[in-house]
Amino acid sequence: MKIEYDIIVVGAGPAGSMAARFAAEKGVSVLMLEKDRDVGYPVRCGEAISKAGVEEFISSDEKWITAHINKFSLNSPDGSEAVVEFNDAGYVLERRIFDYELAKTAANAGAEILTRAYVNGLLIENDKVCGVKYEYRGEQKELKAKIVIGADGVESRIGRWAGLKTHIHFKDMECCAQVTASNIKIDSDTLYFYFGQQYAPGGYFWVFPKGKNIANIGLGVSGMVGKKRSALSYLNNFMDNNYPAAPVLTSIAGGVPSTVTLKKISSPGIMLVGDAARQVNPLSGGGIASGMIGGSIAGRIAGEAVKMNKLDHILTYDKAWHERLGKRHETFERIKNGIYNFSDEKFNKISHSFNKIPKDKRTLGRLFTTALINQPSLLVDIAKVFVI
Amino acid sequence: MFRQAKNGKLMIEILPDKCDFCGCCVGVCPEDAIELKEAEIFIIDKRCTNCAKCVWSCPIEVIRFNKEGVSL
Repeated sequence: MKIEYDIIVVGAGPAGSMAARFAAEKGVSVLMLEKDRDVGYPVRCGEAISKAGVEEFISSDEKWITAHINKFSLNSPDGSEAVVEFNDAGYVLERRIFDYELAKTAANAGAEILTRAYVNGLLIENDKVCGVKYEYRGEQKELKAKIVIGADGVESRIGRWAGLKTHIHFKDMECCAQVTASNIKIDSDTLYFYFGQQYAPGGYFWVFPKGKNIANIGLGVSGMVGKKRSALSYLNNFMDNNYPAAPVLTSIAGGVPSTVTLKKISSPGIMLVGDAARQVNPLSGGGIASGMIGGSIAGRIAGEAVKMNKLDHILTYDKAWHERLGKRHETFERIKNGIYNFSDEKFNKISHSFNKIPKDKRTLGRLFTTALINQPSLLVDIAKVFVI
Repeated sequence: MFRQAKNGKLMIEILPDKCDFCGCCVGVCPEDAIELKEAEIFIIDKRCTNCAKCVWSCPIEVIRFNKEGVSL
């Protein structure tokens, strides 16, 4: 350990690891702090990701791939199924191994990593963040840094301490409950989604294969729904009805900040990445790939800023993120709001209409077009983000 | 000793033994009133305004109102 670092990254998830790696690749000193004992554990995630999302940062490796995905199965309340086929679209990951490997790429680039280090405050001088306060094995410590990168997840507090408005409205919080269960007999190349009031009002229920009849099963509902009924009770209901005898290997809660990126994700001495910056795709709730992209942009810019000895350079991060993905997420958010609160009948109708389209033309873009045919303003948005 | 309900409003209680430490409540708390470590969670008493957003966003029913006030 050094007594001072150029850059401290708080949180060792995919976004934090990429921030640490891309900064370290610029030849500056980087320390990544993780509050938990292990990088990659516990896993609070559906673990699905597109192949392109992964391969921008790490070569595909069977040791963290549990399933290769070729199809989406979208299930409506009346039991009708719409299937969208892709060719080699993506993976279901073993996140505990995947995150660990990502952290290793940061270490290989020269970043230092310290687990069991719980950051509980920032050092601030002249309105500029200049380090962190943290607890390590029962001892309170301080560490100076030129730039702090907050990758501290959905529960992020770092931004607040720096004066950025990061708290998330409870209606935008997708509250998730999930299990990993065995004896689940599903196609190992298909992601299953369930929509409707009984499954996950305003959200979706997922059953994602992890090979060998194991599946990651869970759902997310808005805090608005949670006011009346918890995610856990929907999950228990689904498991009782569909897989009453399935042995449950893991069971955990999680949260997804399902909204557009924060207005401001950098400020003197500080940058936010991943869930902490709300860089999740608000339509899918997926945040691994977009978090890695956010982390890589922030890490690169932070490294450059230190190298140039021009720390104001980090303020260009907001724009760089917005152009790469932030703008696109705003489009996704509009589409999400268009389909949010669809009734069960509407989901059924969409599925029936979609299944009348010739099989080879059943794309995701077509599906959304079918869903939003009565909202022409959104069709432009769909054209923007899906190849129809 | 009891933490009394402020202005007669409902009080909020986290049941740490049942908690998964997922952070939903921390994310939605407008007052930065929840401290969450690896496997430790508590409400920062003097900041909590009993707004209940944490109760609504808890996926696994670990946070609840306690009308009588919460014993410390």
